[in-house]
Amino acid sequence: MEEEWDEDGPEVVKRFMYVNRKAPYGTVYALEMLEKVLIAAAFEQDVHVVFMDDGVYQLKKGQETKGVNMKNFSPTFRALEGYDVEKLYAEKESLEARGLTVDDLVVPVEVLTSEELKALMSKQEVILTA
Amino acid sequence: MLLHTVNKSPFERNTLESCLRVCEDGAGILLIEDGVYGALDNTAVADLIKKRMGNIKFYVLGPDIDARGLANQTMIEGIESVDFGGFVDLVEKHSATQSWL
Amino acid sequence: MVNEGPFQHQASDSAYLFTKAALEKGHEIYRVFFYYDGVNNANKLSEPQADDRDLVKLWSALAQEHKVDLVVCVAAALRRGIKDEILAPGFRISGLGQLIESGIVADRQITFGD
Repeated sequence: MEEEWDEDGPEVVKRFMYVNRKAPYGTVYALEMLEKVLIAAAFEQDVHVVFMDDGVYQLKKGQETKGVNMKNFSPTFRALEGYDVEKLYAEKESLEARGLTVDDLVVPVEVLTSEELKALMSKQEVILTA
Repeated sequence: MLLHTVNKSPFERNTLESCLRVCEDGAGILLIEDGVYGALDNTAVADLIKKRMGNIKFYVLGPDIDARGLANQTMIEGIESVDFGGFVDLVEKHSATQSWL
Repeated sequence: MVNEGPFQHQASDSAYLFTKAALEKGHEIYRVFFYYDGVNNANKLSEPQADDRDLVKLWSALAQEHKVDLVVCVAAALRRGIKDEILAPGFRISGLGQLIESGIVADRQITFGD
């Protein structure tokens, strides 16, 4: 990393939320969002990663991407814990609408109803979406 | 309270619906780019916003309305039109911005 | 954060007009971070048609006039062939950390994208 901190830099801890709403592979958004989350981990902020709408498909077990020439990045979600990114959430309504349960997902997540997500989101100081 | 921006037409995507599902009462929603089609009254999707009117403050970006030939169309009552300066003020006024893309 | 290039989506125009309005109101723009196809905003080789706006030049002018820090994500840029040699004035290439840092330092952060 090429970051150069001044004094008022890394002392601050803000609540960051990353909102994943796009399915993997069809567009690049999911992959580059994950890259963002990994970089963010180095800044020791209070990171929350949310999967909702088609974003929950990023976590689907059994992804096999050789046939479409793309890198399967779903195992990386399991590595997030090692970067101290432990607050992963999936929206209940999005899972149910797609016939998914937590057993279908590659990594343990906390399932939130949209009401609970509403409350969590409104407390955030920086929200990044793609 | 958050400011939410929505830039997709509600006729094509579920972006506005998702935003409304997790938008707290008291928050603001600004419709921009193709999102401004959601501000029109007498459409099949107008009820999405009408149901939350009074609990959420709705705004629409005027230049995007004008660009799309919608200046003379009827907007849902209660939606406030802002220019880019007004957009900046909204971002300043709210605690953080969530851009629904 | 700007996530799309100037010729496919309105996001770059919205971001530019927002940034300009914020500066006119006396706000400080700590940084504009270009990610995904947004890195194409920095390509000085781009030649829009005569009746089209030239966002690359507009961003450069904004940077010069108001000292706005225009940062292009290195990973996104290299993938798309955006290198120092073709960077328009006022832009610089740096890491994603610059995005996170601006989120920490600035009072507000906003995303324009598709």
